[in-house]
Amino acid sequence: MSEAKIKIKNLYKIFGKNPTDAMEQVKNGVGKDELLEKHNHVLGLKDISLDIHAKSIQVVMGLSGSGKSTLIRHINRLIEPTDGSVTVDGDEVLKMNEEELRNFRRSKTAMVFQRFALLPHKTVLQNTIFGLHIQNISEEEAKKSALRWIERVGLSGYEDKYPQHLSGGMQQRVGLARALTNDGDILLMDEAFSALDPLIRKDMQDILLELQDELHKTVVFITHDLDEALKLGDRIAILKDGIMDQEGIPADILLNPQTQYVKDFVEDVNRARVIKAKHIMSDLNGQDLNGAMPINQDEFIDRFIDKVISEKPENLVIQDKDNNNVGFLSTKRLSEILKR
Amino acid sequence: MSFFTEFPEMPNEAFREMKKGIDAGYKDFAREWGDTIDAIFDPLLSMLVFFEDLLIATPWPIFMVVLLALTYWGSRSIKLVIMTFLAFVFIGYFKMWEETMSTIAIILTSVIMAVAIGLPTGIAMSRSDRTQSIVTPILDIMQTMPPFVYLIPIVMLMGIGKIPGLIAVVIYAIPPLIRLTNLGIREVDQEALEAADAFGATKRQKLFQVQLPLALPTIFAGINQTIMMALAMVIIASMIGVKGLGQPVLQSIYNQYFTKGVLYGLAIVIVAIVFDRVSQSYGQRIQKHRSGRLV
Repeated sequence: MSEAKIKIKNLYKIFGKNPTDAMEQVKNGVGKDELLEKHNHVLGLKDISLDIHAKSIQVVMGLSGSGKSTLIRHINRLIEPTDGSVTVDGDEVLKMNEEELRNFRRSKTAMVFQRFALLPHKTVLQNTIFGLHIQNISEEEAKKSALRWIERVGLSGYEDKYPQHLSGGMQQRVGLARALTNDGDILLMDEAFSALDPLIRKDMQDILLELQDELHKTVVFITHDLDEALKLGDRIAILKDGIMDQEGIPADILLNPQTQYVKDFVEDVNRARVIKAKHIMSDLNGQDLNGAMPINQDEFIDRFIDKVISEKPENLVIQDKDNNNVGFLSTKRLSEILKR
Repeated sequence: MSFFTEFPEMPNEAFREMKKGIDAGYKDFAREWGDTIDAIFDPLLSMLVFFEDLLIATPWPIFMVVLLALTYWGSRSIKLVIMTFLAFVFIGYFKMWEETMSTIAIILTSVIMAVAIGLPTGIAMSRSDRTQSIVTPILDIMQTMPPFVYLIPIVMLMGIGKIPGLIAVVIYAIPPLIRLTNLGIREVDQEALEAADAFGATKRQKLFQVQLPLALPTIFAGINQTIMMALAMVIIASMIGVKGLGQPVLQSIYNQYFTKGVLYGLAIVIVAIVFDRVSQSYGQRIQKHRSGRLV
């Protein structure tokens, strides 16, 4: 893993008239419901710390009201925190003055919104160009870059249409193209695909993964959908009532849920489609590899399970892409994991 | 006992003194500053006179062609063009052409004034709740105070003539524009604003690229209202010397000229309808992105 691109430390957000006092209460252990009832303040985030690694997709998952959208808005400071620190590439975002913040937003981040947030009076092209336009970049240059991304998200031919004339999925493609045209390292996606139909959502997820393979942005992706989280996330953070319940790689969250909330969440997931061989292998430790079936470490279980069933090997040997043995997995353990 | 039957009023003597004092004070102010204030409004007078002279001097066929072209450009509707043509034929045939030109000139000038003052005021109001809480009661007064009442100090200050009439018209017609500008900007979708913020837009860029364009339909409704109210006020303003369609109506009331009154009344209605339809259809046409149809 590379170094942390975005470091969130001890972040608190309390909505209300007197957040500083209310924060003392929260630090003394007052919960969300009690805070609202007795002190009339809303607990947005409580003591959130999260390191987001460069060039990876960090998913933040939670139900509505869990504070996930609040959290993502702290990264580009659309919301001011009550306390805590957010650094990007070592720079403290919360200490920036108005102009520094504006330049930071222009050069480092781009955001995709749940309800698209396109400007209805501008065409697809004008919307896509918006980020560059307000930086006074020459029209020609901006247009060139915008047209490239419009083509990349599959909207060629729609440049002069207005957002109202497009379907939801197409509008969000414009939202994505607008964010990519801005060309920051960080892509903030606030429930970007939640408003879309399931099929279109899957399309958009595939587009995002495909783009990520090529662009290696640092993506922060908010969702309430576990399947989406597992599909996209290199790491997943789970929020509940403004508190971070668990954070880790998808397989870890599936295999070792730490709280009842996470357990409930992951109960019905098809593990075979999410867990890779490397997640469940044990060390080689001089195990007898005679007759063991070789499996690539990055294969999902459902990709090799058929082979295991038909050939019935006792053990599997897990290999990296150069066919070096890196781990060991017994079929007994495999079936335990799938049964649970 | 009289305490319960008679309201405890201000003593007559003191009341008289108070009225006298305020009147005298205002008269002094008017005497001292009247000329200066006249001078301030001079450019406005020039503009009004220029429009009036221009409209009256323009030969009627040219005016008609320009008007119809503007109507078509604004509305893209042949029906509206034909209606406008017939309306102005009516006005010209019944000898009301010159008065109509005067009225159009003052409407034009007062709407330009109203937009020049009202738009910035509405924007300022939308940006601060404090400004809004100060301006709103002033607008309430402007809208409920009978126009005759504020004609008095204006006439005392500037005498009878075009400019006082123009000011009265603007006072009467400007509130809807200010209110609707404020409302339109405040109603702009928060997500669109958030997006502009997220991409690093300055306040100015947000105003001109997001808030004003999105508020435009509402602002345009305000301008439309302002035009209509200005037309209504032109009649009252004729009492203090504004030339145009109002004066013959006033004469007809004094002298009980029934036919004349009705004809000039109709002319006002015609001008109002034409202005209303054209400005409304223009307002709709610039919103072409709103006529949503999926591709």
